[in-house]
Amino acid sequence: MAAPPSRLNIYDAVAANRWRTVALITVFTGLLSALGFAVGEIFAPGGGLAMVPAALGLSGVSATASYFAGDKLVLAQSQARELAPGEEAQLRNIVETLSIGLGIPPPRIYVIDDTAPNAFATGRDPKHASIAVTSGLIDKLDRSELEGVIAHELSHVGNHDIRVMLLVTVLVGTVALLSDWGMRSMFWGRGRRDRGGANTGALILILALVLAILTPIIAQLIRLAVSRQREFLADASGALLTRYPPGLASALRKIAADKEALEVANKATASLYFANPLKDAPRAMDGLFDTHPPIAERIRRLEAM
Amino acid sequence: MEILIVLVVIGLIIVFVVGLYNRLVTLRQRVREAWADIDVQLKRRWDLIPNLVETVKGYAAHERQTFEAVTKARSDAMAAAQTGSPEQRAQAENALGAALLNLRAVAEAYPQLQAIQEFKDLSENLTATEDKIAFARRFYNGNVRDYNTAIQTVPTNIIAGMFGFTPEQYFELTDPAQREVPKVSFS
Repeated sequence: MAAPPSRLNIYDAVAANRWRTVALITVFTGLLSALGFAVGEIFAPGGGLAMVPAALGLSGVSATASYFAGDKLVLAQSQARELAPGEEAQLRNIVETLSIGLGIPPPRIYVIDDTAPNAFATGRDPKHASIAVTSGLIDKLDRSELEGVIAHELSHVGNHDIRVMLLVTVLVGTVALLSDWGMRSMFWGRGRRDRGGANTGALILILALVLAILTPIIAQLIRLAVSRQREFLADASGALLTRYPPGLASALRKIAADKEALEVANKATASLYFANPLKDAPRAMDGLFDTHPPIAERIRRLEAM
Repeated sequence: MEILIVLVVIGLIIVFVVGLYNRLVTLRQRVREAWADIDVQLKRRWDLIPNLVETVKGYAAHERQTFEAVTKARSDAMAAAQTGSPEQRAQAENALGAALLNLRAVAEAYPQLQAIQEFKDLSENLTATEDKIAFARRFYNGNVRDYNTAIQTVPTNIIAGMFGFTPEQYFELTDPAQREVPKVSFS
């Protein structure tokens, strides 16, 4: 990993994320077109091309909807409630102070009543951002650890990571939906296709099936890779913001030692969290399918700063 | 054909200059926005002071000198905000910070005072505000550094010279970590 920048400059990170967003949209447009074609072919031979604009339209609509309402959806799904004024004064102070250091307006603060320590940030830009922490995080961490976690989450906000993650999550969801649709029509629409008969038809069908199976996996891998990489960057810029990497490292250690899973988190929202909330057992190929980099690696990088 | 080449070259130069100029304006704008952040927090600190002084007065009325020093430092800081440069302002705010520290050190000697909720709230509020000042200052100084570096390095320094971009001043406030060692005077 390159040495962390000498100064936390969210402007550079924002510019980099703008390119990343464009690249992601381009890649997903390709994936969705291919998938749309495949689903169309499965549905009715020769109907592939007609399905491409429909697939792109569907993802365009869902991406737009998530851009404006995705944060509210995620917060509602996580059963987060907004902090009342005067409640948790220390937490609010930490959020406000660190926001000033980062040059962003303080985000809205939400609490999830769950003893598993964790946190996430969401929204479309710093002006429309929210940060949610579990009550377990507030109870189990001391001030410098809490500052480390909040600084990490605020970096996600300042860097516009929250927008990238919101977008990627929805696009992956759309890909999964489309592929599901294709597989289903495969089973229900079997009779119609038998009339085709020609060899090329069969070949296209097999190709379409392979595409329908592969694209969701590719989409998922892209999402996870983006998510893992974002975590390292947010750790680095968060540590730079507090000027105290041991605080964040110590928080990571505590969270790693905590075996409790966060009930309100699911596969779709897991990558948003500070640390993997699912605490699922390790499997083969885990590295590739992880939403987060291994905590030991994150701690090692923080201690090297 | 040659005219065309000349025109293209001139066009490219114009685009280049415009780009550099806009970058400098953006950087300067960031410095000004960051300055507004500091300003808000410094004003919040002023607003806390009268109440704090009144509360302490109720229990330690004879520490008149300390109160006067804080009140004077506050009005000096407010005056510096009206007219002064960041440097003068930082000096006045530094003096205010020192006077406040002295006030809090004096207050330490009155256990009854420490027990009142109002004093505790004010104290916490003041600490939080001073934290915010420290972070706002850091953000401001970072932006000043980016801007000053840009107007002193090639090629933006040429544009800066042509259009009169001048360096901005850093806001040097005593580090809060240093303030943790109280300088109490018993004179």
